[in-house]
Amino acid sequence: MFDWWEKIVDNLVYGIWGLQPLSAIGSAIHFFIYDTIKIFILLIFIIFLVSFLRTYFNTEKVRVYLQGKSEFSGNILAALFGIITPFCSCSAIPLFLGFMQARIPIGITFSFLISSPLNNEIAIAMLFGLFGLKITAIYIGFGLLVAILGGYFIGKIKGVEKYILIPVTPIEGELEDIKIELTFQQRIKEAWDYTSDIFKKIYIYVMIGVGIGAFIHGYIPADFIATYAGGDAWYAVPVAVLLGIPMYSNAAGVMPLVEVLTAKGMLLGSALSFMMAVTALSLPEAMILKRILDVKLIAMFFAIVGFGILLVGYMFNIIL
Amino acid sequence: MKIEILGTGCAKCKALETNAKEALAKIGGFHDVKKVEDIMEIIQYKVVSTPALVVDGVVKSTGKLLSVDEIIKLLQIQ
Repeated sequence: MFDWWEKIVDNLVYGIWGLQPLSAIGSAIHFFIYDTIKIFILLIFIIFLVSFLRTYFNTEKVRVYLQGKSEFSGNILAALFGIITPFCSCSAIPLFLGFMQARIPIGITFSFLISSPLNNEIAIAMLFGLFGLKITAIYIGFGLLVAILGGYFIGKIKGVEKYILIPVTPIEGELEDIKIELTFQQRIKEAWDYTSDIFKKIYIYVMIGVGIGAFIHGYIPADFIATYAGGDAWYAVPVAVLLGIPMYSNAAGVMPLVEVLTAKGMLLGSALSFMMAVTALSLPEAMILKRILDVKLIAMFFAIVGFGILLVGYMFNIIL
Repeated sequence: MKIEILGTGCAKCKALETNAKEALAKIGGFHDVKKVEDIMEIIQYKVVSTPALVVDGVVKSTGKLLSVDEIIKLLQIQ
């Protein structure tokens, strides 16, 4: 898909600038220019697409759709909705209470809360740019599975309701959708504004991430990780998950590093676990949820999702 | 007009309040602006993504930081 662009960069770096393709500096510079622009193009394209679709699907609509859904199918639907709806941790509280108000079971709300940041458009665009379609599909598929089962098991915790600190009176009967009419032009404009907003926020992290990645790519030998950091050691996956938790805000900068580390011997399962931990387990979100949920429930939420991510990691380290 | 900004105090909610006030200043006239921060009150509006903008009791936008111009357009339709 990006062959044309690779040819241009080949020409520029190896032709016009006359660098050697096999030299460290040549391959590092080639890697930096090629990857940065490719990821920029994909980020803009995917974020625009998702935010355009999103103008048809706000969280209020999701709530109406999820109302009255039975347990398992509700978890599946909630996880799927999580892909297109935006998630900002500042919205976690109204979302949680609003869903309770609609009598949506807690497990289904959690499926949505897990899936929404896990399958966010930035992560998907970065993955697609760095690892290609197959790995992105695996990430989304297993991300959905973690969200569906994680939410399901949280819903099964005995007396889960007592961990909610604020009582909510359910609304009787069917909820009505809030009607906000937008023209096609308004949707395009809204999607474009959102895209440029996000892009301005993250492009520098992408460049830093790819920059460090390019350095590793050119100057650190292949199999470095496998030799010095225990590529297939049993503890690689849990360490990856623990390292991923505090990196939430910088998914865009972290992912290029992961790609390069896999090229240098990190196993793909460990990499997948790491990326899922980066997006799904966020400390700021936990802090916000603490205002309405008992710490015990938040700890169980982290434990269940963390365990699911671990399983995905081990599974892939064995299969791939 | 009665304008309410629903938000639990995140950065985007504060920014929406500032933009709404600026929009009203540009339009002129007397308007009632209220910031709704109480979460129980917010969910009474059936809003689950903040910040939200409510004009005369009708929810006009949710989960978005509207610009000053966008708010002016929204208000002028009224």
